[in-house]
Formats: sequence, structure tokens, C-alpha cells
Amino acid sequence: MNAIRKNVIQPIIDLWSLIVGLKVTGKYFCQRHVTVHYPRKIIPAELTDTFAGHIELIPSAKDPTIPKCISCMMCATNCPSNCIKVLKQKAPKVSPEQEKEWAEAEARGEKVKRPKAPKNPAKFSYDYSLCSLCGTCIENCPVSSLRFSHDIYIVATDRKELTMDLLARLARQAEAQAGKPADRAPGVLEQAAEAGQEASAKEA
Amino acid sequence: MTRYPNMEQVTGDFYTQNFEKGAREGSLILNMGPQHPSTHGVLRIILELDGEYILRCDPVLGYLHRMHEKMGESKTYRGFIPNMGRVDYGCPLPWNWAFVGAVEKLAGIEVPERAEYIRVITTEMNRITSHLLWWGAYILDLGAFTPIMYAFDEREWLLDLLQTPTGSRLTYSSFRVGGVGHDIDDKFIEGLKAFIPYFRSRLPMYKDLVTDNIILRKRVEDIGPMPLDMCRRYGATGPVIRGSGLAYDIRRAEPYGIYDRFDFEIPTQDTCCCMGRYKVRLAEFEQSLRILEQAVDQIPDGPIIMDKAPKPSWKPPKGEVYFAVEGARGKTSVYLVSDGTKSPYRVKLRAPGFSNLSLFAEAAQGTLLADAVAILGSLDLIIPEIDR
Ligand code: SF4
Ligand code: SF4
Repeated sequence: MNAIRKNVIQPIIDLWSLIVGLKVTGKYFCQRHVTVHYPRKIIPAELTDTFAGHIELIPSAKDPTIPKCISCMMCATNCPSNCIKVLKQKAPKVSPEQEKEWAEAEARGEKVKRPKAPKNPAKFSYDYSLCSLCGTCIENCPVSSLRFSHDIYIVATDRKELTMDLLARLARQAEAQAGKPADRAPGVLEQAAEAGQEASAKEA
Repeated sequence: MTRYPNMEQVTGDFYTQNFEKGAREGSLILNMGPQHPSTHGVLRIILELDGEYILRCDPVLGYLHRMHEKMGESKTYRGFIPNMGRVDYGCPLPWNWAFVGAVEKLAGIEVPERAEYIRVITTEMNRITSHLLWWGAYILDLGAFTPIMYAFDEREWLLDLLQTPTGSRLTYSSFRVGGVGHDIDDKFIEGLKAFIPYFRSRLPMYKDLVTDNIILRKRVEDIGPMPLDMCRRYGATGPVIRGSGLAYDIRRAEPYGIYDRFDFEIPTQDTCCCMGRYKVRLAEFEQSLRILEQAVDQIPDGPIIMDKAPKPSWKPPKGEVYFAVEGARGKTSVYLVSDGTKSPYRVKLRAPGFSNLSLFAEAAQGTLLADAVAILGSLDLIIPEIDR
């Protein structure tokens, strides 16, 4: 009896386990696929909106090309990866005559308003290849001038390309928002996004 | 012997030469790794083979050493948190918790209630994603390709959800000293509530597709026995020791955070073999889901980080602390020495994978080479964590 059990029944049970597995595979084979065929289709924006990509500057309310940033250097000093470089603007040059005039005015006891350096940075460069996306810079900015972008498709063929000039980026964004023609033709991605959206609209 | 410029490639490097010394006549010395698909990264194992049987083996580490401990000595307490996301990429949130927990213990910081719940929810989700990754990859090691696809289906869903409170999909560093960095919203809670029953309904499929499969069972049942005393000798923790019958889980043994409020079981198996460890991890899915269910129901409103949370230039008091949490692989802990300056004096990271790997050499002795792969996989190793 035991021999029958061992040599006949058990192998049948064992084989049956393989058939059960095949049934699962068969079932899922007949269902809709769950993957997104990139780049013909891309994932919906709601999924990319929560993604924290590289950091970007937030424009001030007055001028979309100028960031809120006041060049306080908090982000650059606290970044654990040292990937932010901020350059303050210099005070405007004053001619010697003007300087003399002011000195005289001061000697007379008048109040002189010397021109101050503008607060917004002259240069804001950021090295994405070093950034650990920790958010220290964002949390420590006193005027909330930084945020994570949601760009998940960023690619580069060279490490140098990952060093970004965030001021220039801000200017480009402002330009694009103002409705001026973009400085490049729509890429594969944009086209794919459109096609994908059309396709999903049709499916729905 | 003439010395050639590439002598090392001919005679083997220091480790091989050392290992060769005790070799038996007629045996074969073989390197498995550091670029071997089943070592998940850069683990190297030197084997002495007699035919297909392993006489001796010796793991060689250090191919992915990134000096995390040393880096801790030069970074501020805030600046070290992203490192914790990168020690173990499979399950980074327990590492986050171990470090911020140690700092909080040192400075006596209270964490707001909501932050505690967010920590539990995200960590348990992370445990599930880590076990799913292990499950898929382990079966892949054993030669079956399909299951990892199913595992990633669920895993992607969880990663999409986890992206809200962490911002990333892999190297999370969202915990802060005194709370967490990002809040969770109603959409997240809804998504999680939908995920829990869905994942439960998939678990029987896992059983049908893989656990009951005779090919898998023949490859893992009674393979790689690790009796309890052996686990104890090497300091194994996590699913490895639970697969040998000891219900040791830091969440129960030394409750941290708010884990004492949840009702969950600690699954164990006393077969001590690869199947035991496998079953423990599958059973942990269900327990994590239970914790998630309770946490989602109980989560209160409120702040997610304490008032006046430490700034990057913050200095903790002088002292030494040790803080342990239960990671997906076992006891994950941080020993921290502070000298009262902006950066730690010493950070010691206890990686569970390191102790678990130590069992391998003994357990694999005398087994077939193919079984060694099964044993290695059943330990759920993440090499960057072992090397740190
Ligand atoms: S996210 Fe962190 S690493 Fe990246 S720039 Fe900001 S502070 Fe530096
Ligand atoms: S912390 Fe904010 S305001 Fe200060 S330099 Fe950086 S971006 Fe500008």
C-alpha cells in the first residue's frame, strides 16, 4: 500500500501542482497586460507628480524669471553632498565722482542712499549627479525658494550635462509659460504622451 | 617562478592564495562571484569543490564598501540621513528609523503621534516590497522566471503609493529627527486600503504558483539546515532565526515606536531549512498587512514633526546610545557616540545581513553547488548592506 502511495499517488499529486501553476499562468496570460509600453505610452501624470526629481527654483510672484531666492547660502552650506553653488550679485559699480559727492554729502550730515546689491542670485548652479535628493536645502530655505521637480525622464549622455544652471532653467520655464515658442521641437516623449493619451481615451 | 605583470590573474589574489593552502588533493577551487547573477550584486564566494559537492567555502566581502560609517563622522546629523537610505536599498526605511531613533533616544526627543503612525505604515509597506523583491529574485535564482513578474506587479503598486510620503522609489530617506519629512494624504490612505484586500487575494495565487510547486519544493525542502544553536552562534536574526523556530522579533522583544499597540503574530517555522525561511517571509506578508490595516484605522491628525525640529547645525548632548529596529532582514541597529558636536563621533551600523551571511559557510558545507545557491538566496542578502 505504501509503495503504491509513494510511487503512484505522490507523483500524480506532484504533477498536479505543476498543472495548477500552469493554470495561473494561463489565467493571467488571457488578461490585459499591466505594463506600460514606454515610450509608446507613458505613465499617468498623477504618478509622476509625487516623484521628487532634481531641485528647481520657485519664481517670485512679481517676475517669473526671477526666483524668490535671497542668496542667503543656507542651501549651499547645508547640502550634505555639496552640489549647490550660489553666487551673490555684486553691488553696482560706483564712479569715483559719485563716491566723492556722497562722501561730501555725508560730511554735511545728510543721509545718503548708496545702491545695494540686488538680493537675487547672480548664478545658481546645481550638480544633479551628486545630489542625494535628501531635501535639506528645501527644508532650510528661509523663503521657500526651492522645490523638487517632477521630471522623471531626465537623461544625459555625459556627467557634465547634469550640472544645471537653475536660473536659466527658470527663465526657460517662464518663456514656455508665456506662450512663446519653445526653443526645441516637441520630442519623442511629448509625441508619445499625446499618442498615449489618445489611445487611453479611445480605450476608455 | 617568473613574475608576470598580470600574475594575480594567473595565481589568484590574496584571498584565493590563502584559501588554497588547506585544499585537499584533487579538489577544484572556484570563485563564485563577484559578478555572479545569484549573488545579487558583488558578493564573492570561494569554493572548494569535489565534483559537484562543496568541501569548504569562504565568502569574500568588500566589493561594495562605501564607508558609510566613516562618512557619518564627517556629516551632520541631518546630513547623514540620506546615507541611511543607501545602506540597504531593498529596505531602507528601517535603517532610517534606526538612525533617527538613536538620535532621538540620545537627545530625549518625543515624536508626534501622527509621525509615529506614518513611520509604522511606511516601514511595513517597505517590508512588503522588500520581501516581494526577495521572493521574486529567489525564485529567479532557482530558475523560474515568471514569479518575479507577479511580484513586481504588486511591488510597483506599493512603490507608487510610497512615492507620496518619500518622494522616491528606492532609496528612501524620508525620516527626520523628531518626525517624518512628508505627510500622507487621503489619496494615499485610500490607495492603501484598496491594496490590502487586493494583495490578500493574490497570496493564494503565490501558493498555487510557487509554494506548492513540486520543483521548488524539491529544491528547498530540507536543504541548508540551520539549527537554532547554529543561528545563535552566528547571531542570525530576522526570518533566518524565525525559520529555525525562535520567535525573535525586535518589534515584540524590545518594542520601539508604537509597535506595542498593534496586534500581530510572529510567524515561525521549525524545519530550519530553506523552505522554513521561505514560509516565514510569506507569512510575514499577512502580518504586515494586519499592522497596516490597524495603523490606517487608528492614524490621528496632527503635526508630522516636532516643534523646533533640529536644524542641520543642531548639536545633541554628549553620550552613547544603541537603538535597534526590525528590518526586513533582521535586527537593524545603530550604535551612536556623540561628543556634543555637530557630527557624530562614531556611527556603528549593525547590518543583519552580515551575521546571516556568516551562517552560509557552515550550512553549505557538504551540499551540492546548486543547493548552495538555494541556501544563499534563502538568507535574503543585500550586499551593499553587508559591506556598508
Ligand atoms: S536635495 Fe540634498 S543633496 Fe540635493 S541639493 Fe538639496 S541638500 Fe543637496
Ligand atoms: S536657501 Fe533659499 S534663499 Fe538661501 S540661497 Fe538657497 S535658495 Fe536662495
